[in-house]
Amino acid sequence: MDAAVIDKLLRLAALSLESSQQARLRADLEKIVAFIDAMQRVDTDGVEPLAHPLADLGDWAAAQPLRDDLVTETVRREAFQEAAAEVRDGLYLVPRVVE
Amino acid sequence: MSTHVDAFATLRDLSAALLRKDVSAVELASMYLQRIADDESNSFITVCEEQALASAQQAGAAIAAGENASLAGLPIAHKDIFCTEGIRTTCASKMLAGFVAPYDATVVAKLKAAGAITLGKTNMDEFAMGSSNETSYFGAVANPWDETRVPGGSSGGSAAAVAAGLVPAATGTDTGGSIRQPAAFCGISGLKPTYGRVSRYGMVAFASSLDQGGPMAHSAADLRLMLSAMEGHDALDSTSANVSATVRQAQNPPMTIGLPHEYWQDLDGDMAKALTAAVAVIERLGHQCREMSLPHTEYAVPAYYVIAGAEASTNLSRYDGVRYGHRAADVTRLEDLYRRSRSEGFGAEVKRRILTGTYTLSVGYYDAYYRKAQRLRRLIRQDFLQAFEEVDVILAPTTPSTAFERGTVGGSNADDPTTMYRQDVFTVPASLAGLPALSIPCGMVGGMPVGLQLIGAHFDEDRLLSLAEAFQGETDWHCRKPHGQPGPTE
Repeated sequence: MDAAVIDKLLRLAALSLESSQQARLRADLEKIVAFIDAMQRVDTDGVEPLAHPLADLGDWAAAQPLRDDLVTETVRREAFQEAAAEVRDGLYLVPRVVE
Repeated sequence: MSTHVDAFATLRDLSAALLRKDVSAVELASMYLQRIADDESNSFITVCEEQALASAQQAGAAIAAGENASLAGLPIAHKDIFCTEGIRTTCASKMLAGFVAPYDATVVAKLKAAGAITLGKTNMDEFAMGSSNETSYFGAVANPWDETRVPGGSSGGSAAAVAAGLVPAATGTDTGGSIRQPAAFCGISGLKPTYGRVSRYGMVAFASSLDQGGPMAHSAADLRLMLSAMEGHDALDSTSANVSATVRQAQNPPMTIGLPHEYWQDLDGDMAKALTAAVAVIERLGHQCREMSLPHTEYAVPAYYVIAGAEASTNLSRYDGVRYGHRAADVTRLEDLYRRSRSEGFGAEVKRRILTGTYTLSVGYYDAYYRKAQRLRRLIRQDFLQAFEEVDVILAPTTPSTAFERGTVGGSNADDPTTMYRQDVFTVPASLAGLPALSIPCGMVGGMPVGLQLIGAHFDEDRLLSLAEAFQGETDWHCRKPHGQPGPTE
């Protein structure tokens, strides 16, 4: 895993690291990748991926009903925005993106 | 203040004491709040004394008026991953250190409606990512049996608090073992329900296809009591199951109990001895135990860390410093706001998991890792589905060893993060398959508790709990308490 891969991952995940920490991260990720590579020993050709633990289980899968498509929520903008660092006039503030 | 109530009593005994008026709800809450204040294990991140005493007052009035909510006046604690309106919810992260949710999680609301009194929010691994409670921004938690050892994780604060008699029961969450492993390490009982049995609404998301809330307490009977208050379909969580339509009713004994040799083959001698003694108890209860195989077990941990990491990297993308959570100061560009807020707010293990997930989901690796892990997930579930055609319950150790020492495999000094990941070998398979599983104490090795794990078919909690209750009727491991304290009087 070279430095370019690490840079790309950090950019995709919107994270940054001091350069002193990068070597450690790289070593850790290499160990993790070597560890998960054990999966490659199993032949999984023709096996459908399973995204949800109850998928395709007949009765159990059907037990997860969808709700009616109705408006049930109330507007609680002020309560929700209390947790935000900066708001004004009901809007979230971020650094200027358009000059 | 009342002194005649045993701080290690079960919920059932405390409930009886409240109804007999041996103790009032306020006295009970005060007794535990005092124990929490005197404790040095760091089990709690937030204690909400004022709200607790006010709710206890109300519960006392309700009991006096003859109302009989199932948990009326019983003190509990919530893992600090459940949103609580008006009380901060940190997820043990700097990212959410100041976060106060504008609503209650469904589990919190249901337990409140059942009359339970929330004493506070318990410590945990940051964003539930860890098996030792050492990744918490608020510091590690000591195991009440030996303060040099970890309580396990990620629900380590809940487990340590119950084990130390600071609260008679607590909520936890289990993504890959985070209820069962700390329950085993601290000598208490803990249940991870079937995926979907308990609503995830208001539970801070880590890995959405695995996360499941559940109870932690002194006995299986108390787990049952807690579960009945927590469970149920919730329109606010589309993955929550319509329980009344799905719950299996326990069959009468004898049951056939499977012992998967993949879980037993490498077990250390003293651990094996404790587990073998537990099997003898189960046989004495009239059940038949037999060896069996779950052939894909060794691939469960790698598959789990791919799936959990991928889902975590997606879920944690919501922390952007804009709507809630930590926001970096003095930033002039939007991209820097995201990047710096996240880099300052997340700890090392959380970053590692996000980056692992980013890697396995990225172009060129998605099929080799993420899809591969999902295919293995189906094979692992298939192993269990086949097994449950032959056996009723699977019996296994919860963990490979008793609680390990602090600062070794789980700490930030650990040389290799995968050493900690491997600790989850016996708990992640049931998580990947969405199965219910519980851990109860079944012995002691070197002065530390050993956990026995029972894994059931989907929605077969009733049978698991019945077997655990019968086991606890025959043994007193669940009554043993740290520091020579007297146990619950059942």
